[in-house]
Amino acid sequence: MRATPYLMSLPALVLFAGVVIVPLAMTMLLSFHDWGQYKGIEPVFILKNWQEVLGDSYFHEMFWRTFRIAFFVTLLAAVFGAPEAYILNKMKSPWRGIFLLVILGPLLISVVARTLGWALLFGGNSGLANKALMNMGLISAPLPFMFTETGVIVALAHVLMPYMVLAVWASLQRLDPQIENAAVALGAGPFTVVRRIVLPQVMPGILSGAVIVFALAASAFATPSIIGGRRLKVASTLAYDEFLNTLNWPLGAAVAVLLLFALVAIVWGANRLVERRYAQVFG
Amino acid sequence: MSRNGPLALAYHTLFVSFMLAPILVVCIMAFTPEGYLSFPTDRWSLRWFYAIAQYPEFISAFWRSIWLGALSSAIAVAVSVPAALAIARYRFPGREAMTALFMSPLMIPHVVLGIAFLRFFTQIGIGGTFVGLVLAHIVIVLPFALRLTLASAIGLDRAIEHAAVSLGASEWIVLKRITLPLVLPGLASGWALAFINSFDEVTMTVFIAAPGTETLPVRMFLYIQDNIDPLVTSVSACVIAITVVALVVLDRAYGLERLLVGRGATHGR
Repeated sequence: MRATPYLMSLPALVLFAGVVIVPLAMTMLLSFHDWGQYKGIEPVFILKNWQEVLGDSYFHEMFWRTFRIAFFVTLLAAVFGAPEAYILNKMKSPWRGIFLLVILGPLLISVVARTLGWALLFGGNSGLANKALMNMGLISAPLPFMFTETGVIVALAHVLMPYMVLAVWASLQRLDPQIENAAVALGAGPFTVVRRIVLPQVMPGILSGAVIVFALAASAFATPSIIGGRRLKVASTLAYDEFLNTLNWPLGAAVAVLLLFALVAIVWGANRLVERRYAQVFG
Repeated sequence: MSRNGPLALAYHTLFVSFMLAPILVVCIMAFTPEGYLSFPTDRWSLRWFYAIAQYPEFISAFWRSIWLGALSSAIAVAVSVPAALAIARYRFPGREAMTALFMSPLMIPHVVLGIAFLRFFTQIGIGGTFVGLVLAHIVIVLPFALRLTLASAIGLDRAIEHAAVSLGASEWIVLKRITLPLVLPGLASGWALAFINSFDEVTMTVFIAAPGTETLPVRMFLYIQDNIDPLVTSVSACVIAITVVALVVLDRAYGLERLLVGRGATHGR
């Protein structure tokens, strides 16, 4: 029966058509509606919200901040997560399994609880994070973390780090250890092995991890909201404000739709780049 | 393959401390005997855990989160099983597009989904209701349920089903006695992963939950927005404790690595 697979998928298809596609289409439509303090939402078709979001310097600055934060979070995750995945991969059982659980486990712990932890560590100029950094001799004066971009970047890097470790870990599993052994046998030092043998082969893993981390960082909500406070706005916290405080839904919808399109474009572009560059690795 | 050197192990220690620090600090500060946020030094106290009982909104939000997670994950699994079998066994036009559609909640920012649900539910008159929460949560946890049911549907040995048919079993009997029991482990772990994701979800839910239908993470988030005190710290410590227990059970039962990396990525575990 040719209709069988469609019939089997019917419940899920109906659900997704009704509860994903229709609401998303309605949100796009909403971004073209008019809104006033007293008249509320007016179902007309105007470009006012889009002109405001695309033309106003306030929104430019906010989107620029959103993607700047996402970029630095991705950089931190790649620079610190990739070596950790490599070290983890060299560990022997049972340590390997234990530390994999320790590092990937936080992924499933509530984002609110993890961010609260950073708020407690940052708290004020005498926060624990500053004390630890000063004791290690890395800084001489306390850094402001709370309500700053630095704080948001550090906390988000922690929240999203497991995704990077996971992606690099997965690509390390496909690596043939014999190639490394061959390089060592031919006289390569550990640094050369990493640079010439391991890194080129796990690069697709790092890049796919980077795409995930970037997309999640740019659309993160709870962490920038708690650590960044009310003034340090990113796209998602601004959309939340428009929806639940100002009640200007059409403008909030325009911000959200623009975020969605920007992310889809970036993720799609990055994936194309990765696939073209590493076609031989994937093939 | 060479072993990790001392430098690598030092790096590893720092990395693990970084990953654990914010989680441990919440768990330790929850035991403070003081009325303000502080590190318990000489005295530990359970007063802030007892204090949770005085705040019924946390308790009711907790039970709402449990029911919401259990119900939406169960429905997501129930809807995923036939879809997963269809995707695993048939080659049909639109198969790839359909799979991408079902996986799309992973790629669409939860803020955007929250806004879309808020607009849609308000329009059709179920804004701020539990029904709305369930519908929204089914959608966002379905990718997790589908991924694991799909993995077990693909790994299923069809020869067993053919054998049952050749011995005279009807289609219904094959489904009930052969297919479903064989995909059951994938189904159970898919439900568990879906449940955890529903239980933790805050970004989307904060848009569609009304004062009477707040989930635990939403209640915690809104509380933290007003002020951070030892009470919310002890609530968070409880959430962390519950998740860690669930994690260890899941790891023992299914393997966390397999659960998160997905099928085919790791061999020979």
